[in-house]
Amino acid sequence: MSKLKCKLLVLGAGPGGYVAAIRAGQLGIDTIIVDGQAPGGTCLNVGCIPSKALIHAAEEFEKAVHFTGDNVLGISASTPSLDLSKTIAWKDGIVGRLNSGVTGLLKKNKVKLVVGWGRMEDGKTCIVETDDGPVTIQAENVILATGSVPVEIPSLPYGGNIISSTEALSLDKVPEKLVVIGGGYIGLELGTAYAKMGSKVTVVEAMDSILSQYDTELTKPVAASLKQLGIDVLLGTKAKGVTDKGDALIVENPDGEEQQLAASKILVTVGRRAKTEDFGLEGLDLTMNGRVVAINDKCETSMRGVYAIGDLTGEPMLAHRAMAQGEMVAEIVSGMNRTFDKVSIPAVCFTDSEIVTAGLSPDEAKAAGYETKIGLFPFAANGRAMTMEAESGFVRVVARADNDLVLGIQAVGKGVAELSAAFSLALEMGACLQDIAGTIHAHPTQSEGFQEAALKALGHALHI
Amino acid sequence: MGLHKIQMPDVGEGITEAEIVEWNVKVGDVIKEDDVLAAVMTDKATVEIPSPVDGTVADISGEVGDMTAVGAVIITLEVEGEGNAASISAEASAPKAVEEKPASKPASEPKAEPAPKKVAEVKRPTVTKTSAASGALRAEGEKPLASPAVRKRAADAGVKLQYVHGTGPAGRISHDDLDAYISGASAPVGGASKVADTSVEEIKVIGLRRKIAERMQDAKQRIPHITYVDEVDVTAVEDLRAHMNATAKEGQPKLTILPFIMRAMVIAIKDYPKLNSHYDDGNDTLYQYGGVHIGMAAQTPGGLMVPVIRHAETMSVHGMADEAKRLANAARDGSITRDELTGSTITLSSLGKMGGIVSTPVMNSPEVAIVGVNKVEMRPVWRDGGFVPRKIMNLSSSFDHRIVDGWDAAEFIQRIRGLLENPATLFMEA
Repeated sequence: MSKLKCKLLVLGAGPGGYVAAIRAGQLGIDTIIVDGQAPGGTCLNVGCIPSKALIHAAEEFEKAVHFTGDNVLGISASTPSLDLSKTIAWKDGIVGRLNSGVTGLLKKNKVKLVVGWGRMEDGKTCIVETDDGPVTIQAENVILATGSVPVEIPSLPYGGNIISSTEALSLDKVPEKLVVIGGGYIGLELGTAYAKMGSKVTVVEAMDSILSQYDTELTKPVAASLKQLGIDVLLGTKAKGVTDKGDALIVENPDGEEQQLAASKILVTVGRRAKTEDFGLEGLDLTMNGRVVAINDKCETSMRGVYAIGDLTGEPMLAHRAMAQGEMVAEIVSGMNRTFDKVSIPAVCFTDSEIVTAGLSPDEAKAAGYETKIGLFPFAANGRAMTMEAESGFVRVVARADNDLVLGIQAVGKGVAELSAAFSLALEMGACLQDIAGTIHAHPTQSEGFQEAALKALGHALHI
Repeated sequence: MGLHKIQMPDVGEGITEAEIVEWNVKVGDVIKEDDVLAAVMTDKATVEIPSPVDGTVADISGEVGDMTAVGAVIITLEVEGEGNAASISAEASAPKAVEEKPASKPASEPKAEPAPKKVAEVKRPTVTKTSAASGALRAEGEKPLASPAVRKRAADAGVKLQYVHGTGPAGRISHDDLDAYISGASAPVGGASKVADTSVEEIKVIGLRRKIAERMQDAKQRIPHITYVDEVDVTAVEDLRAHMNATAKEGQPKLTILPFIMRAMVIAIKDYPKLNSHYDDGNDTLYQYGGVHIGMAAQTPGGLMVPVIRHAETMSVHGMADEAKRLANAARDGSITRDELTGSTITLSSLGKMGGIVSTPVMNSPEVAIVGVNKVEMRPVWRDGGFVPRKIMNLSSSFDHRIVDGWDAAEFIQRIRGLLENPATLFMEA
């Protein structure tokens, strides 16, 4: 058995792990990163990136379909067709390019990549099953970055027509009838994409609302667009199982009655959970916080020299959070004094009408004990939004009533994901309403809505 | 096996060092508890040092005849168990510093860090409540508001931002606020101005400081001081000094006013020899000295030291300046010998530019007089029907009132004053 030694071992090459490794390499730390799949983790291989590729393709196709009918732009086009296998191949190409990009970055920063699934023997030792046999790695410090996996419903085990988000990103043809279980952001993003590509989509959600982490003001434009796309959303409805043939989902409606929903594919997206098994975590006996590894503000676990980052440490399970944690831990290992002191971990939902949130929502701000001022500016009053046929949605700013410090910013609307940068920057810099109101925002852009929302909160919006 | 280090014991009475006069053991000897290891001699007695433990002598520091500071490790024993080496090393290095390396820092001192961090951390336990009275201060539990760049700089500097006052909107902490905090220009939030600092630092008074303390207490307790202050017009002597410095030959030292004052003391003592004596109050005897040995109070890194200019009556002002400079340097760099620190018959105390207007010097017991020099200042002086600018210096001098009457003290100082105000008389042989 071959043996390796290093100062830092990173278990898992997802966005948290590979960023930690790159930063450690930059700092001259002798680093090894271990992963059994191509570097990039869930995000790059079966998450953020491929889903956005699919969403883009679906939007383009839907536009083309839209132009076959009567439309305000006066464009007419003949009926388009979609070769999904070609779309998937294009998406795989992007993933492949990014995989080799990450591999290149690791190499450039002198990080050793060991391909294989690793298992922690103790807090300093990892055995990796590689194609060339087992490799033992001895490390002074370890970062656990094993990520998360889709939650499985016991009565609906994955296989056959029952698929997770991973499979949904690699279908060879558009399913005629797609039933999505779970009205969270993953289910709605994929459901919307398939609806645009021609599937008849039904969303089954056990709770009373979709996107339950957001307030209804924010989700309303999304719900409207789901309806417009012909997606049936069954709220308060529980998935019970599949028919014997596997061609229909059995659900229990709010009245307690069972019914069957015909389905060529059943996509289960009821959340993700930390990946805590198959890498020796149980042997480390780390303190857990429920089902995730407990960490402090330095991402330290209960064992000295063992850090945990990303989805393994719980919500919010977002790639950019993991990246920031990874960067920080690498600096801590190099001897720097760092704590995770971020004000904002923005979240984006790539539904039709994207949702961006940064900082505190109005309800969260109230719950935190703040007296607040709220300014909301609708895109219906924004010139640029009109010219993009994207008048639904708004920008909303939450600020402290006593000193106008901005506590949170939310937006919903077409393409608002890119506004997240401005929102987070404002929060991290400690901006007050006056700072945003006093910044010239280019005309005509949707970002003017941000400035106007701040002006509105101050009581003197100009364009409403 | 561990190491047990044995330090030069504190033999009491303000003794800061002792001479090793005999080694009773050598490296490799196996010894039992209470075996005599060495004999050391202080000014007053010879003391045997017994071994507190069983062990084998691993190392001996110092030769017979060496003066060794109290607290310095003199013998290292190999003993069963852990020994005490770890706890001794840091402690022992402080007294050692007095002996040889006044500027060296204990090896175990942590890496130097910016002072504000220490301030912040020391004060932390004492901060009980952060006032939210002012709008710019943060309420209790509220996170400090600062940009990522400021936060990173603070982390690198070891500054906890919750203690930094933010001057920006909503109490935002700017780079300037952080600079002000680090430089000490801004008080920490919830710091001294707001909350009582109840911390108490315990500092052991050891070595030279303890010796100074004991001598000062002894002098003040036993000697009834009389202090006499008068002003001296030093315009003429300052002019002379400036001239002598301007026309100095190569190799001649730069003159301060002190050698002129010493010269004046030497002459005045001829008329008032009682001022140049030691009073042994235990034996009701006054030892009046023919030679004038002027103790010259000097500040060193370790505290006050009084090197002695011997037989000042034999020296020119340049000679005294040379000797004063040599002794002051030796005192500061620690190379001064015991002989050079003892045997003064009268003392001259000066704080130079920090001299102030008046001081109340404490007798350098068993002497009976100490002359204190205050700063030279240009002052308006009424002369011939008008104010004229003159360089004026006060002399604040103390005397042992048991031996020196107020009248005598005044006459002595007036004699010195006359000599300094007419500097030619300083150089006339009586």
